[in-house]
Amino acid sequence: MAVNWFKYSSPASFYPLAGRLIPWFAAAAAVFTVIGLWIGFFVAPTDYQQGEAYRIIYIHVPAAWMSMFVYLVMAAYAALGIVFNTRLSGYMARALAPTGAMFTFVALWTGALWGRPMWGAWWVWDARLTSELILLFLYLGFIALHSAIDDPRRAARASGLLAIVGAVNVPIIYFSVQWWNTLHQGASISLTQAPSMAKTMLAGMLVMAVAAWCYTVAVALARVRCEILERERHADWIGDALARESRS
Amino acid sequence: MTDFLAMGGYAAYVWGSFGVTALLVLVEILLLRRRRRTLLRRAGRTKRNVSMGVET
Repeated sequence: MAVNWFKYSSPASFYPLAGRLIPWFAAAAAVFTVIGLWIGFFVAPTDYQQGEAYRIIYIHVPAAWMSMFVYLVMAAYAALGIVFNTRLSGYMARALAPTGAMFTFVALWTGALWGRPMWGAWWVWDARLTSELILLFLYLGFIALHSAIDDPRRAARASGLLAIVGAVNVPIIYFSVQWWNTLHQGASISLTQAPSMAKTMLAGMLVMAVAAWCYTVAVALARVRCEILERERHADWIGDALARESRS
Repeated sequence: MTDFLAMGGYAAYVWGSFGVTALLVLVEILLLRRRRRTLLRRAGRTKRNVSMGVET
């Protein structure tokens, strides 16, 4: 079966597709959030060392995972855009950046609120925390660089290169707890070891991670539609697409 | 209920985490919605399909 992979790389065919996908991902995000919070607060037991404070994990870990994952996806779209010269890839990279930056901020914020009662400090310059802060600056740098250049193609190329180079920071964040002596604890989940936490805690965390993922897809698709509307507003197909959507 | 809200003495840390996250998610959604409405209104003006009932 021949699949035309490039069909949906054109904004004209991607715009309506994204519009149809958004409600599904948004609904899934809402459902998984409710289930995840319910497991996290009412099913999972109190931690014997950290008491109730550990429940921050249900936000902190999914947010930290998303901050790294979204960056890699953003850098991959940027690379696609530069290699194949497709406009849509650049739009996708730009659509992901604000949400990635938000998750990075959330990871840092919840980390501070968790670190204070457990370590006695809001912030320490340890490798994990510092590299995550650099990730936030990379997101902000990407957004700022893109908006600083008026020509859209050059803006996409320059910020795309920054995104690709910055991807080197992601493995540094991930492995920082192994490479250096950090105050931050090791990985919550490892592919090579059995999980060290209670099954219900793990379940709550994974469900929240799925919710964060669905949320990111929904928001990024909604933003890429705005991006398309903004850049391609003079294209002929836009009027037809809008008319078709308002009728259905 | 009061016990639940107290979070074993960690209320400020736990609710500070969940509250700020919820707020940021809400703000992101509202900003996106506003941006979309503005763009649609502008598209409606330029493409003259206001008469076709494009939402504004």
